[in-house]
Amino acid sequence: MSLRSPLGRVLGSGSAKDGTEHWWMQRVTAVGVLLLGGWFLYALARLPGFSHAEVVAWAGQPLNGILLVLLSVTLAWHSKLGVQVVIEDYVHGPALKVFSLVLNKFAHVFVAGAAVYSVLLMALRGQL
Amino acid sequence: MAEFRLPRNSRIGKGKHHAAGNGASNVRRFRVYRFDPDSGDNPRMDSYDVDMDDCGPMVLDALIKIKNEIDPTLTFRRSCREGICGSCAMNIDGSNTLACTVATSSIRKDVKIYPLPHMPVVKDLVPDLTNFYAQYASIKPWLQTRTPAPPDRERLQSKSDQELIDEPAACILCACCSTSCPRYWWNSDRYLGPATLLAAYRWLVDSRDEARGERLDALEDPFRLYRCHTIMNCTQTCPKGLNPARAIAETKKMLAERRH
Repeated sequence: MSLRSPLGRVLGSGSAKDGTEHWWMQRVTAVGVLLLGGWFLYALARLPGFSHAEVVAWAGQPLNGILLVLLSVTLAWHSKLGVQVVIEDYVHGPALKVFSLVLNKFAHVFVAGAAVYSVLLMALRGQL
Repeated sequence: MAEFRLPRNSRIGKGKHHAAGNGASNVRRFRVYRFDPDSGDNPRMDSYDVDMDDCGPMVLDALIKIKNEIDPTLTFRRSCREGICGSCAMNIDGSNTLACTVATSSIRKDVKIYPLPHMPVVKDLVPDLTNFYAQYASIKPWLQTRTPAPPDRERLQSKSDQELIDEPAACILCACCSTSCPRYWWNSDRYLGPATLLAAYRWLVDSRDEARGERLDALEDPFRLYRCHTIMNCTQTCPKGLNPARAIAETKKMLAERRH
């Protein structure tokens, strides 16, 4: 129970002067995922076969490797922004919210890191 | 966490039935949400059979008839009965709208009437709009200028300038849009909601206003503005046919454009 005025409650701590970057990057990464995802599906359809050797050989080519790394990072970035919105929407307890937001960041960086590492492994396989 | 079920003391029980008088041939059934805070009881759905041969065509006409002739305890807001005051906003047949502009004949089967969704209920169909009005006040809905007004006449506006604010200025603040928005349901303490953001946009595009920068600064917030995820319930439900979703999108565009 608080006797704070309704206007005082609404004004709260003021504007965070934030959110535009998040909104903009969500759109930019969406365009990236669309382009890279389109290439990825096209490339998959053209693969001669899905044996381990064939896929590794394909991913080991320089352009394929670069695009795979970009796709992994862009996808993880876009997903991180989206999951963050879901957490902000539905998780209201302050401690749980901060925990979820940090976990979200860590989890997506881990997934992106693991994906990039895997592509590098395939690309540099012959040279190590 | 966001609440997805009504609290135990808000769950709706079975109510009373009020039959129509003998001789009524054209009967429609109105099922109306009832809540009396003084009784301590849970809300209930009462049903009223109304003789439409002896009742005006709109849902509000039926509610007034029920209150006058069947059950004087039924409580609701109404004033202009022609869609300009916004008082009789309520949830009718599953959509937020004005009871005075919806014809009973446009609804099939029973007419189900609830208060505006996800708002504290004062009594029956009367929601508590305190927070909604405070949010409207928070965006400073008045002309802000630094240039003094000309001493001999009003501030001039071109015809095309006026056309920019024609639509957003037609909002009657009935709260149908904000209370139809799931983002507003879960975050109305921090998200301003479509009605307030439409009002903010009305001042952002007013050619006479000189506080656009400050207004955008105040809106640039992950919750105040960016909780909008373009669900567009607001535009679909607006009884005045306005488009708050587009106004919000335009506001986001303004914020993006001033960075580049």
